Amino acid sequence: MKQALKISRVMLSVYYAYMVEYRAELVFWVLSGTFPLILMGLWVEAAQGNQFDLGPTELVQYFLAVFLVRQFTVVWVIWEFEREVVEGRLSPYLLQPIDPAWRHFFSHVSERFARLPFAFLLVGFFLLLYPYAAWLPSLGNLLLGLLAIALAFCLRFLMQYTFALAAFWTERASALEQFWFLLYTFLSGMIAPLSLFPDAVREVVLWTPFPYLIYFPASLLINRPDHVAQGFAAMVLWSALFWGLNRWLWRQGLKQYSGMGA
Amino acid sequence: MERYWKVLRLFWSTAIAAELEYRLNFLVTALISLGGLVGSLFGLFLFYRTGYEFAGWSWEAALLVLGLFTVLQGFAATVLIPNLNKIVSQVQQGTLDFVLLKPISSQFWLSTRVISPWGLPDVLFGLVMIGYGGTRLGLGWADYALAIFPLLFGALTLYSLWFMLGATSIWFVKIYNVTEVLRGLLEAGRFPIAAYPVAYRAFFTFVVPVAFLTTVPAQTMLNQGGRGWLLASALLATVLMVVANRFWRFALRFYTSASS
Repeated sequence: MKQALKISRVMLSVYYAYMVEYRAELVFWVLSGTFPLILMGLWVEAAQGNQFDLGPTELVQYFLAVFLVRQFTVVWVIWEFEREVVEGRLSPYLLQPIDPAWRHFFSHVSERFARLPFAFLLVGFFLLLYPYAAWLPSLGNLLLGLLAIALAFCLRFLMQYTFALAAFWTERASALEQFWFLLYTFLSGMIAPLSLFPDAVREVVLWTPFPYLIYFPASLLINRPDHVAQGFAAMVLWSALFWGLNRWLWRQGLKQYSGMGA
Repeated sequence: MERYWKVLRLFWSTAIAAELEYRLNFLVTALISLGGLVGSLFGLFLFYRTGYEFAGWSWEAALLVLGLFTVLQGFAATVLIPNLNKIVSQVQQGTLDFVLLKPISSQFWLSTRVISPWGLPDVLFGLVMIGYGGTRLGLGWADYALAIFPLLFGALTLYSLWFMLGATSIWFVKIYNVTEVLRGLLEAGRFPIAAYPVAYRAFFTFVVPVAFLTTVPAQTMLNQGGRGWLLASALLATVLMVVANRFWRFALRFYTSASS
């Protein structure tokens, strides 16, 4: 236990140092997540006529929350893992007495801290643009929301890492992620809150893991919790499923793997 | 000039030959394009579902914009992204030296070296969408033909912006994903500019000229908006092309190669 704490502390500080080395890149990364903010403009303009169930204030809050959740749950492990396998750089990591997954995991986590200030700056800017929407989540919702964000990050990381393991068999594992990302973009609530979806679509989407990655944490943050227990249960279930699949693929994949150029 | 044509032919035939090694890839990218298409239609549908309309844009007209966006997306995936992402790695590894030594314009070399046919499904789907929307609106061939000009200007504008962003890698080096920022902002082009609040409209017209990429060509197709926009679009494309070229030369003055 003490060992694990020490390892995570060292890894976090090492990767944090890596991340802040290229600050310009970090700013660009934050700025590349502006998609929810663009849609915020569209929806706020659309809601002026009160034709939708949500008003402009709720929509601004929702999309700002989506932006934040998205910032905390960005994952790119598949691109790195794919390169490591294709170029054979995975081999030295396999010799170390720690699963290489943790290396990726901590590099993602520490990057969160590095991008935090920029993300909040951008949210602050939009609150200046829409001062009427300023809000604070209640303490309970904030805590639940943070928990949901953490779980959403873990789930998304697990899913992508599971797809990344396909790199043992094919050179283009990232194609899987590209397709998955499409579903994620359109079904997670990034383009509109789920309450604005047609009922039939919403019923189906709630059975997929996507809404729990964005919509669920975001609605907690804006004090509009929606089936809280059910949401957490779904996240845990999907995580367990992908965890099992991931470990199985990892064992199969290692049998398959023969370090490039070795 | 003739030399450039010859070089371009060589560049592209080798690039296509290399890409065709991965034929299965074509199927995969076509599937991803199709998925993207369905998703964007769904996104647009969410707005029009309750009878709301973007100010002055019927469902079919909005489809034109989305179609133009998809075409430009395909163009970017075919020509822009594969080339300009390479600038970054060339600066990082110092291989830009070899490009600068070649007896042709380095901007030309960097912008046209490779082509990847994987963006073509997007172009195709986009054209289908434009065809569908246009037919429903009763557009004639003359309308489509007229829209080619602003679309071309839009493509040049897009290229210049992209190239300038790529050129900043001379200073910042590890900005692999600087293109992601632009790509993120360009997503705004999925919708007619009239659908945005005033502040957004100003931003997407004057700061990041998204309006000129998709809305202006669509307006030209619909015979709306007048000639002023067309003129502005031509002017913008010309100015940006010149600026991009100057900016590249300026940036090169700061290039110090790697490990020397």
